[in-house]
Amino acid sequence: MTSPFRTPEGGRIDRATTVEFTFDGETLTGHPGDTLASALLASGRHRVATSVRLGRPRGVAAAWAEDPGGLVQIEEPFPEPMLLATTVELHDGLAAHGLPGQGRLADVPDSARYDAVHHHVDVLVVGAGPAGLAAALTAARAGARVALVDEQSEAGGSLLSGTERLDDAPALQWVAAAVAELAGHPDVLHLQRTTAFGSYDDGFVLALERRTDHLGAAAPKHVSRQRVWRIRARSIVVATGAHERPVVFADNDRPGTMLAGAARTFLHRYGVLPGREAVVFTTNDSAYDAALDLSRAGVRVQAVVDARPEGSPRRGECEHAGLRVLSGAVVTGTRGTERVTHALVAPFADGQVGASTAIGCDLLLVSGGWNPAVHLFSQARGRLRYDEVLGAFLPGEELDGLAVAGSAAGVFDLAGCLADGQRVARAALSALAVPPAADDRLPAAPAPVVPAAPVVLWRVPDTSGAEGTTSFVDLQRDATVADIVRAVGAGLRSLEHVKRYTTIGTAHDQGKTSGVLTSGIVAELLGVPVQDTGTTTFRPPYTPVAFAALAGRDRGRLFDPERVTALHEWHVAAGAVFEDVGQWKRPRYYPQPGEDMAAAVLRECAAARTGVGILDGSTLGKIDVQGPDAAVLLDRLYTNLMSSLKVGSVRYGVMCGVDGMVIDDGTVLRLAEDRFLVLTTTGGAATVLDWMEEWVQTEWPDLRVHCTSVTEQWVTFPVVGPRSRDVVGSLFPDVDVSTEAFPFMTWRDTALEGVPVRLARISFSGELAYEVYVNPWYAVAVWERLLEAGRPHGITPYGTETMHVLRAEKGYPIIGQDTDGTVTPHDLGMAWAVSKKKPDFIGKRSFTRPANADPLRKQLVGLLPVDRQTVLPEGSQIVEFRADGELPPPPVPMLGHVTSSYRSAELARPFALALVKGGRERIGDTVHVPVGGTLVPVEVTGAVLVDPEGARRDG
Amino acid sequence: MSPRTPGADLPEHPDALWRNPEPKRSYDVVIVGGGGHGLATAHYLAKNHGITDVAVLEKGWLAGGNMARNTTIIRSNYLWDESSAIYEHALKLWEGLEEDLGYPILFSQRGVLNLAHTLQDVRDSVRRVEANKLNGVDAEWLEPDEVRKVCPIVNTSTEIRYPVLGATYQPRAGIAKHDYVAWGFARRADQAGIDLVQDCEVTGFTTDGDRVTGVQTTRGTIGAGTVALCAAGHTSVLTDMLGIRVPIQSHPLQALVSELLEPVHPTVVMSNAVHVYVSQAHKGELVMGAGVDSYNGYGQRGAFHVIERQMAAAVELFPVFARAHLLRTWAGIVDTSPDASPIVGRTAYDNLYLNCGWGTGGFKATPGIGWALAHTIAHGEPHPTVAPFGLDRFVTGALVDEHGAAAVAH
Ligand SMILES: Cc1cc2nc3c(=O)[nH]c(=O)nc-3n(C[C@H](O)[C@H](O)[C@H](O)COP(=O)(O)OP(=O)(O)OC[C@H]3O[C@@H](n4cnc5c(N)ncnc54)[C@H](O)[C@@H]3O)c2cc1C
Repeated sequence: MTSPFRTPEGGRIDRATTVEFTFDGETLTGHPGDTLASALLASGRHRVATSVRLGRPRGVAAAWAEDPGGLVQIEEPFPEPMLLATTVELHDGLAAHGLPGQGRLADVPDSARYDAVHHHVDVLVVGAGPAGLAAALTAARAGARVALVDEQSEAGGSLLSGTERLDDAPALQWVAAAVAELAGHPDVLHLQRTTAFGSYDDGFVLALERRTDHLGAAAPKHVSRQRVWRIRARSIVVATGAHERPVVFADNDRPGTMLAGAARTFLHRYGVLPGREAVVFTTNDSAYDAALDLSRAGVRVQAVVDARPEGSPRRGECEHAGLRVLSGAVVTGTRGTERVTHALVAPFADGQVGASTAIGCDLLLVSGGWNPAVHLFSQARGRLRYDEVLGAFLPGEELDGLAVAGSAAGVFDLAGCLADGQRVARAALSALAVPPAADDRLPAAPAPVVPAAPVVLWRVPDTSGAEGTTSFVDLQRDATVADIVRAVGAGLRSLEHVKRYTTIGTAHDQGKTSGVLTSGIVAELLGVPVQDTGTTTFRPPYTPVAFAALAGRDRGRLFDPERVTALHEWHVAAGAVFEDVGQWKRPRYYPQPGEDMAAAVLRECAAARTGVGILDGSTLGKIDVQGPDAAVLLDRLYTNLMSSLKVGSVRYGVMCGVDGMVIDDGTVLRLAEDRFLVLTTTGGAATVLDWMEEWVQTEWPDLRVHCTSVTEQWVTFPVVGPRSRDVVGSLFPDVDVSTEAFPFMTWRDTALEGVPVRLARISFSGELAYEVYVNPWYAVAVWERLLEAGRPHGITPYGTETMHVLRAEKGYPIIGQDTDGTVTPHDLGMAWAVSKKKPDFIGKRSFTRPANADPLRKQLVGLLPVDRQTVLPEGSQIVEFRADGELPPPPVPMLGHVTSSYRSAELARPFALALVKGGRERIGDTVHVPVGGTLVPVEVTGAVLVDPEGARRDG
Repeated sequence: MSPRTPGADLPEHPDALWRNPEPKRSYDVVIVGGGGHGLATAHYLAKNHGITDVAVLEKGWLAGGNMARNTTIIRSNYLWDESSAIYEHALKLWEGLEEDLGYPILFSQRGVLNLAHTLQDVRDSVRRVEANKLNGVDAEWLEPDEVRKVCPIVNTSTEIRYPVLGATYQPRAGIAKHDYVAWGFARRADQAGIDLVQDCEVTGFTTDGDRVTGVQTTRGTIGAGTVALCAAGHTSVLTDMLGIRVPIQSHPLQALVSELLEPVHPTVVMSNAVHVYVSQAHKGELVMGAGVDSYNGYGQRGAFHVIERQMAAAVELFPVFARAHLLRTWAGIVDTSPDASPIVGRTAYDNLYLNCGWGTGGFKATPGIGWALAHTIAHGEPHPTVAPFGLDRFVTGALVDEHGAAAVAH
């Protein structure tokens, strides 16, 4: 029998089915409905883990996410570091082991799927305990759109852990009825195994649904393992219950030491006896239920140790059941090695501890009161208030759109929780102007027994001689009362400092059991009210969330959208090698068999310079700017004048930031008096549109203008080279392609078999060129027609690399490659593109700054390696010519750097563009470029190396 | 019993950190802001210049601002001469800081990789490496297989959305433990007799002509011979009180941490294109961050989609992180400047010094800026490392623009 501690009956487990799992290499069994923790306890195993700093044995100390003890590593079905045994649902084939502090990541990729869903509701209820269920029912009955999320495998919350009755029947019958009723409302989303882990502004709550973890190897592959719910709620009801708080005493970490409420959960929900002989130590009445329930289930309860001098009115009940109650007494320590064997019990009065007696036990239950789970309220920046009677922090204010109900708000009796849930939901509905349903009945709960006042006790004075070094406040961090004492002694007053000094609250549980204790102990040591000490900040997530769950589907190829042009398949078929430019995949070159990039690019360049080439330029950003003030806007955005552009014409323009540095460039086509097509760089498309919108929306809302991205509404094919006129002329016979009729920097509309086509005489290579614009639906057809028309001329598709070489030979900069945000139009030799007429434009003011007049500004120039061989690595730095050919020791002054560098078919030698200090003055000089340890001499030239007169533009 | 988990432990803090003095009526030097920069300045005022009639006024708890929230990346491989000088000066100080402070600051020179994912990244990276070498800063360009050698868990497959095309590597770069650094400075300053005054928010200034004569605080008015502002994300709130305009935008910047994990990540990896930066801190937790939240604000919290995006980047670059867990997220308020470089030096008020604009990357500068600001205060003239970073550069145009330099600004 592997489960000697399993009760003969009861609990929410499926006793008919047995599952096998291994822990620390040992094969054990349990039942569906068990957690790993309950199955371990059923097998008699309390020790689960080893503490991180001190190597002490640690066991299951609570029944859910607040457990500071039972940290495990999952090995099967897939390695997962650091989970709590109390939150791992048991399934066949589970393999896990106890952790010594650090988890281990799998060394193989996680093949599970994760996803995210957006959901919008009127009322989100977090927690399906009595308060949450009552709230959800009230909202659902009123016809509101409701989401109810709860982290457990089934609804019921605290009712799963007890024997409460509602409507004179077991309370879980009401829970089942409530769940069924909710399922009948079409607008209710009810999710179990779903933890609301973050609450943000404006009713935004993140929740993690664990969809298949409980299925183990049987999990269907097509279902995402975990799902992030991004819930927007007009109103949120936080009904997240409360965590029981321990009391700190010496050796309080020994396995077998457990929160009293947790023992009830193990008994009633999982059918497990967490021990045979128990001592129950409490500061309040709630632990009496645990004592009595366990005793009824056959556990020998050796003593109920109540710190209150007058004890509890429930003493009689215990004594009637044969339990010994010691009032005015505390547990001062424990004995045992792997497991508690004795609790040391001593009288306690006025803060003084008397002589202790050892009471034999294998289970020590502790209750120091309850901390409302205010995490989500606090994450939403709700202020907390310390309650002297409860020794706990409660919501201290009302928040808009987020209310707290039930135990999370400090209501601890069943009838009160139900009523509170209903009340809070009704308030939420009324804020949404939704009337409650006529029939909104709550079940009848027995009249609450008014508990005797608890006593607030954070720690029992250490009489063990260990001076608090074994009195653990944060078990996961091995942090003790002695550590807090040291921290305060070192001069620390702020709880945040104490947290950092002691590391309390920084571990896996983020201080769920240790946080309030620390506030209390620090306040006690400093002699200040606990309210003043406060809490540390509650931050998302409430419980840990796997990275992959948050990454969701945004992994691998879906990490970022992959944008391809309408010709992509054609490029692939043509054997293109692609380059990432922003999100776009662009053909970089089209190697023919046996060609490397250099050879392919030389061939492509030669074709464009001597015959005809064709490029897929569709990724260029295109923005349609329309409205009576379109020209005004462009005049303000570009450094040059756009308003004077004639309809039918094209102008090149430069845009600067407010600092006068070039941010983008491109051509502008005037389509009508009130309409322009603005072309941007591929990478700059979104930025430029944002830039326009920012100015229009925030600074110039008076402008009547609209800007729309049309990047994907047009494909663009530059047909480039001396033979381009023949190609374009033959395909579009109705267009007079002569220079006279169709001059440079103009555009024409035409059609190809009824398909509208726009032609523009724009050249980014210096050659005669026509850009062909067409709707993407016809991209392949038009491209193929162009190829066909070009075949007699040897038309050659070319990629971005050739495009770069061709433009560099002409000294045309690529913004973002030959510029870096520190380059003005003047630095690029484009003073001509800066209007002297316009009263103002973005960047103008900055051109008058002294630094702009500095003769040593870096300017764009050409470089020719003297050896006619070396292709300078792009990014290389440039230094003064060194006669000895040696670099001096650092620091070596730099003159600038190589921005672009290529082999040139036209020049029959490599060349480069560079930004060089006072570069134009240096034309003709020789400077050095350090390349891999040697200095390469290069001659500084003008930036335009091919056809400086511009003779080829018109063919 | 099992032995201790290697690395899971941290060195202990000393038994005495600082006094908690009542503020005096006046001080020779008042430093506003008890973050890393304010505390380091106090330390070097005492140590290098013998100036100890100093108060550091902190509105909350000491070093509880960005100093407590940053991801502790330290490097000096910046592009421009001015930047590499200021950060390299700091890095040299880091190399002797543990000894200087007598505090175990866990400065770990485990190297930093800045990944390149596009051809432009590669150009920018080579440019920066070449500049670093000429400036005497250790730097290397690594090809993907060399990246894998330095950090085997980086996904260098060519099949990913933005394959790693290489990386810059600075071996002397690394991380340190922020609280330990701050407390080390604080303790030294306190030992020198400097008053560290917490819960003391500066709410106004008293001035006389072009001089500041004191500060109004939530703990009374305090006279000052010299005032230095070290208030990071809240600088413009303070300068507004004086009518000084600074080109600072305050943004939330988030970071996050995982549970403790067995060592998997030996170095620091930063990527701009797949935007995330990650290290594995001393106890074993993964610490990571990415870019700022785009809106302006002073609330120390950000939006969750920024975290989700950064998790996607992390899992993309490090597939083994898939089942690591997010334990905690948080945010600081960073003071970003138009050229992504700090603003340090004199102001329109004769005895008021400014130190701000460090944005997302000022932790690494902590000892360096403390040294230089102390020098600046003591001599009334900017220390050479900070001279290029004066406020007047936004008028002269002599910007030190680190945006285009492909380095992630942390
Ligand atoms: C998430 C995050 C990650 C980061 N990662 C890195 C990194 O990896 N590497 C790196 O180098 N840098 C990083 N940084 C940046 C770095 O943290 C900051 O640049 C640096 O800490 C700023 O200097 P500081 O320490 O003095 O600032 P802070 O610690 O913010 O100090 C400023 C102090 O001024 C106080 N203050 C403000 N107003 C007043 C007032 N009116 N009166 C009194 N006191 C006032 C504040 O309370 C605060 O304590 C990061 C920042 C964040 C937020």
